[in-house]
Amino acid sequence: MPDSLDDSGPMLAARGLAMVRQGEPIFGPLDLELRAGEVLLIEGGNGSGKTTLLRVLAGLLAPSEGRIERAGVESEDLIAPLGFLSHALGLRADLSPLEQLDFFACLHGLRPGISAMAALKSVGLEGFERMPVRRLSAGQRKRCALAGLLHTANTLWLLDEPYANLDRDGQILVDRLLEAHIARGGAALITSHGLIEPQVSRVRRMRMEMVDA
Amino acid sequence: MRKGSVLSAFFGVMRRDALSLWRRRADALNPIWFAAIVITLFPLALGPEAAKLARIAGGVIWVIVLLASLLSLDALFRADLEEGSLDLMLTSAQPLAVLAAAKILLHWLATGLPLVAITPIAATALGLSPKALPVLLTSLALGTPIISVIGACAAALTAGLRRAGMLLSLIVLPLVVPVLIFGAGAVEASLTGTSTTQPMLLLAAGLVASIALGPLVCAAALRLGNH
Repeated sequence: MPDSLDDSGPMLAARGLAMVRQGEPIFGPLDLELRAGEVLLIEGGNGSGKTTLLRVLAGLLAPSEGRIERAGVESEDLIAPLGFLSHALGLRADLSPLEQLDFFACLHGLRPGISAMAALKSVGLEGFERMPVRRLSAGQRKRCALAGLLHTANTLWLLDEPYANLDRDGQILVDRLLEAHIARGGAALITSHGLIEPQVSRVRRMRMEMVDA
Repeated sequence: MRKGSVLSAFFGVMRRDALSLWRRRADALNPIWFAAIVITLFPLALGPEAAKLARIAGGVIWVIVLLASLLSLDALFRADLEEGSLDLMLTSAQPLAVLAAAKILLHWLATGLPLVAITPIAATALGLSPKALPVLLTSLALGTPIISVIGACAAALTAGLRRAGMLLSLIVLPLVVPVLIFGAGAVEASLTGTSTTQPMLLLAAGLVASIALGPLVCAAALRLGNH
């Protein structure tokens, strides 16, 4: 079995991946590879299947065709654990950001060296640590979910539109988180509809086009 | 307890759900209020004849507990699905069955256990013979977790549907009928002086089976619904 820390093999790879739903092609077939220390940016317009691709790669949806390998091993079960950020951020309205981060850590494990308070501070939620998520703005909720990624131990991140809902500072914050993540040897696959240019040192891009039915 | 271990995930899910229940404790108390109200209605509807009430008290309490348990099931997995935390559970390294088990256990602690706890008051109010009370309590203690498990499996199947309440009842009620029959049957047996061993053992067997299999079925249903 290949070593997951091995720099030579991809952390996540997909071969011939395609999704068809009720006879309608959603995306693919496509190949992709994500290596440690890089960000793969998936660009495409609305409806090009970016979100579905991310859910398939995360193991949340079964692909119609093709296979996914995590660190060279093909298995549905081996795709997890990973840091996953979607439009539904996974936050419970009644909980505070601090409680939310504790829940994330219980599920995904702690990243050593950064406390929940420090993670929330670094995403700009200082002073909101104990306020129910219900009372936070959309951008602040996004920041809370990003703090969750920072607080937990995952080396592979799959982020759907990480820049959405954020102000200019927030977008710089996402760049900073991604840069630090790949510097630690992590890898991230992010989607974007193309308006925002990630300012990260190692970005590879992939374009998704609408599939003709 | 190391964060990210199976145990920490189990207690993490329980703690989060307990916290959000506590912050919505008015909603969480709904099943208990429902049970209390229905129990007080029975003497009003059937008249104050104590012997008549006492004869049906065991069955009445069982039916009320069963229906009250269903009230809070509808929302069991809905929040997880809608807010996206189900995705976070599925993308963690933890087995979903363990996380589902945590949710089921909390459902029982928040609904089944309080219902069992108010049963002595309900039994007194309906004039149930004191000698049948221990049997009623034991049968409820064995039966309510089964209701939570079966209900959670149905809730997992219907979590993605709008207005699933009716469908949920249609799925759950036929499946829990045996629990009701053996539970109420045990109380009846204790009143008529026959042995309660058989229905109690059947309930206990059902409990063991549902604890062993329920979380697995529930996890499979959740994955199905999320696809």
